Amino acid sequence: MNFDLSDEQKAIQSLVREFAQAEVVPRAEEMDRQEAFPYDLVKQMAELGLMGLPFPEEYGGAGADTVSYALAVMELGRADASTGITMAAHVSLGATPFYLYGTKAQKEKYLIPLAQGSMLWGFGLTEPGAGSDAANVQTKAQLREGKWIINGTKAFITNSGTDISGGSTITAVTGARPEGKPEITNLIVPQDTHGFSRSRKYKKMGWRASDTRELSFVDAEVPEENVLGARGKGLQNFLTVLDGGRISVAALSVGLSMGAYDESLKYAKERQAFGKSISKFQAIQFKLVDMLSEIEHAKNMVLKAAWEKDQGRDFAMTASFAKLYSAEVSRRVVNEAVQIHGGYGFMDEYPVSRMYRDQKINEIGEGTNEVQRMIIAKMLGL
Amino acid sequence: MKIVVTVKLVPDTNAVKRIDPATKRLVRTGVETVINPFDEYAIEAALALKEKLGGDTTVTIFTMAAESGKEVVRKALAMGADDAVMLSDAGLEGSDVWASAYAMAQALKKIGFDLIICGALAEDGNTGGLPNALSEYLGVPALTNARHIEISDAKVKAQRETDSGYQVVTGALPMLMTVTMAVGEPRYASLKGIMGAKRKTTAVMALSELGLEKAVGTGGAKTEVVEIAARPARGKARVEEAADGPAGAKIIFDFLKERKLL
Ligand SMILES: Cc1cc2nc3c(=O)[nH]c(=O)nc-3n(C[C@H](O)[C@H](O)[C@H](O)COP(=O)(O)OP(=O)(O)OC[C@H]3O[C@@H](n4cnc5c(N)ncnc54)[C@H](O)[C@@H]3O)c2cc1C
Ligand SMILES: Cc1cc2nc3c(=O)[nH]c(=O)nc-3n(C[C@H](O)[C@H](O)[C@H](O)COP(=O)(O)OP(=O)(O)OC[C@H]3O[C@@H](n4cnc5c(N)ncnc54)[C@H](O)[C@@H]3O)c2cc1C
Repeated sequence: MNFDLSDEQKAIQSLVREFAQAEVVPRAEEMDRQEAFPYDLVKQMAELGLMGLPFPEEYGGAGADTVSYALAVMELGRADASTGITMAAHVSLGATPFYLYGTKAQKEKYLIPLAQGSMLWGFGLTEPGAGSDAANVQTKAQLREGKWIINGTKAFITNSGTDISGGSTITAVTGARPEGKPEITNLIVPQDTHGFSRSRKYKKMGWRASDTRELSFVDAEVPEENVLGARGKGLQNFLTVLDGGRISVAALSVGLSMGAYDESLKYAKERQAFGKSISKFQAIQFKLVDMLSEIEHAKNMVLKAAWEKDQGRDFAMTASFAKLYSAEVSRRVVNEAVQIHGGYGFMDEYPVSRMYRDQKINEIGEGTNEVQRMIIAKMLGL
Repeated sequence: MKIVVTVKLVPDTNAVKRIDPATKRLVRTGVETVINPFDEYAIEAALALKEKLGGDTTVTIFTMAAESGKEVVRKALAMGADDAVMLSDAGLEGSDVWASAYAMAQALKKIGFDLIICGALAEDGNTGGLPNALSEYLGVPALTNARHIEISDAKVKAQRETDSGYQVVTGALPMLMTVTMAVGEPRYASLKGIMGAKRKTTAVMALSELGLEKAVGTGGAKTEVVEIAARPARGKARVEEAADGPAGAKIIFDFLKERKLL
């Protein structure tokens, strides 16, 4: 067994750390306050190759492995969760469906600009009435004269409405299966499609600098060829995409925890009470030790899931463990981080207050804690 | 055109440095090794020239360092340099500026170059003396402290930074140059660069390949470290009381003025 990172993995980790600490950290507070999407950071990340990190070079990617990808997301999330999710959702949800299921022509048309980071793309699964129950898709698409006519609504879609968003891939009911269940298919809907519109950005508690919108389709028309993957495989394919996505959101949770820990350690050493640094109180020391030991567990689990994926093994259960555990660790860590900061932690200008707000979504997005437990229970044959 | 950038591998600039009292040398074990920060600017200058000149311009990284520094050299390759050469030999231990420059000059002659770009100063040794010694041994002019470089038809035109502004200096290749931080912020390595770095070569040279005529290492050093002393402890800070903000500002202003900092 070998826990060492390869030279490339180490180099990618230190590159992203350097970039995130120098370019992202100083901006995080203001971006959060203004709900400002960081176009310039996305451009820089694209130049560095982060937006296409795990995709092959022939499709505009950097050809790095999943372990490197997880390390990169951790370092971004450590600096700022909004920037982290923008990159992670772009890679895992926006671009990956094209990589896994696209025809050669679709890969060339969509995956290349996505991997190069010149365009962002939404992953439209959730609907107002279909979240955890993702199969309850109400959006419908009918094939008429070589065109899909789409009607319906998608909720909470990340990266769907920025100035550089090229469109979204959605699940839609395209008919009925012989046994009566709906046939769900993935459709590619470019941004300029007539009848397709995006709401204003949601006002959010966290991830405020990320772009999340509602999508609405009113007789929106796309060509018949805009099917991604096999007709009728839409839900299954999207759930497979989410299996991989779990690794990146787990990495994001670990990153957020690392950021909160960094801030707490620094603050504990600086802050004086009762004539000494609060880091000299065992109660504070124990908090820091517990935080770090849980982060270490979570990080190992995320890297294990990433490694399993790189080895071509079945990683779904480890990824669910990692997502669930890292999300819950992040809750405990940000909670203690604010506690260590005392009243200052409740103040807007201390990064831990932002991290506290950014944390909650870790337990909701890409499958809630409850849903992770359900998925794992099912894998256990329960 | 062949550009060679000299890069020194130094202990992490944020780490606390320790001198071994017995050998009077910097302790390099247990501390992370990084590219000398000034040399990142030299790399940036070289890569910017390569981009501007295009064609067959190449950038080679050259370092005199232990072979264990290979991984650090790789970062320079990931930034975009084409290849690297390391001069690594236990016989170099104890070389001072003089001996280091002699050994490096012989290696650089072997590598070949049109332009050598050095950093202005190494964070650890801190003499700033090496580039000039190198130019002497190589018999090429040294254009120091360049902040802006233009090259056409083997002619160099550079802005040379001075205390009060800059001079415009011209010269012909081959030459050696040192650059200041004003040449441009060093770029980040890119993911593609990192992934591609493993396909680039880092050659390792030993002293035996150089046909040296002078001694290097401790035997070739002209200087000897006789004594090492810790920096004197800082005196107590001066505390001033001000009646109000403007009065405080005035005190700070006068203080800076007195020291000719304003
Ligand atoms: C900021 C943000 C960004 C997002 N980005 C995207 C995106 O890009 N693309 C996308 O498709 N979606 C996205 N989502 C949607 C997200 O995946 C869903 O919000 C999530 O899956 C939960 O669905 P829901 O909100 O409908 O909650 P519900 O499914 O209504 O769940 C409500 C509560 O009930 C619990 N629950 C539900 N069913 C069960 C059950 N059977 N047993 C026990 N408990 C249950 C849940 O765990 C939860 O606690 C995003 C959401 C947010 C907030
Ligand atoms: C007092 C003192 C005692 C020393 N004693 C010893 C000793 O006993 N043993 C020992 O091994 N060293 C010793 N050194 C270190 C050695 O002399 C220097 O590392 C070497 O001469 C370079 O000088 P510098 O570090 O001051 O570089 P500077 O002249 O400050 O460096 C300027 C530029 O030259 C280039 N450069 C410098 N060194 C290298 C290199 N190795 N490879 C590639 N490029 C380079 C870089 O571009 C750098 O930016 C000592 C240094 C000092 C100051």
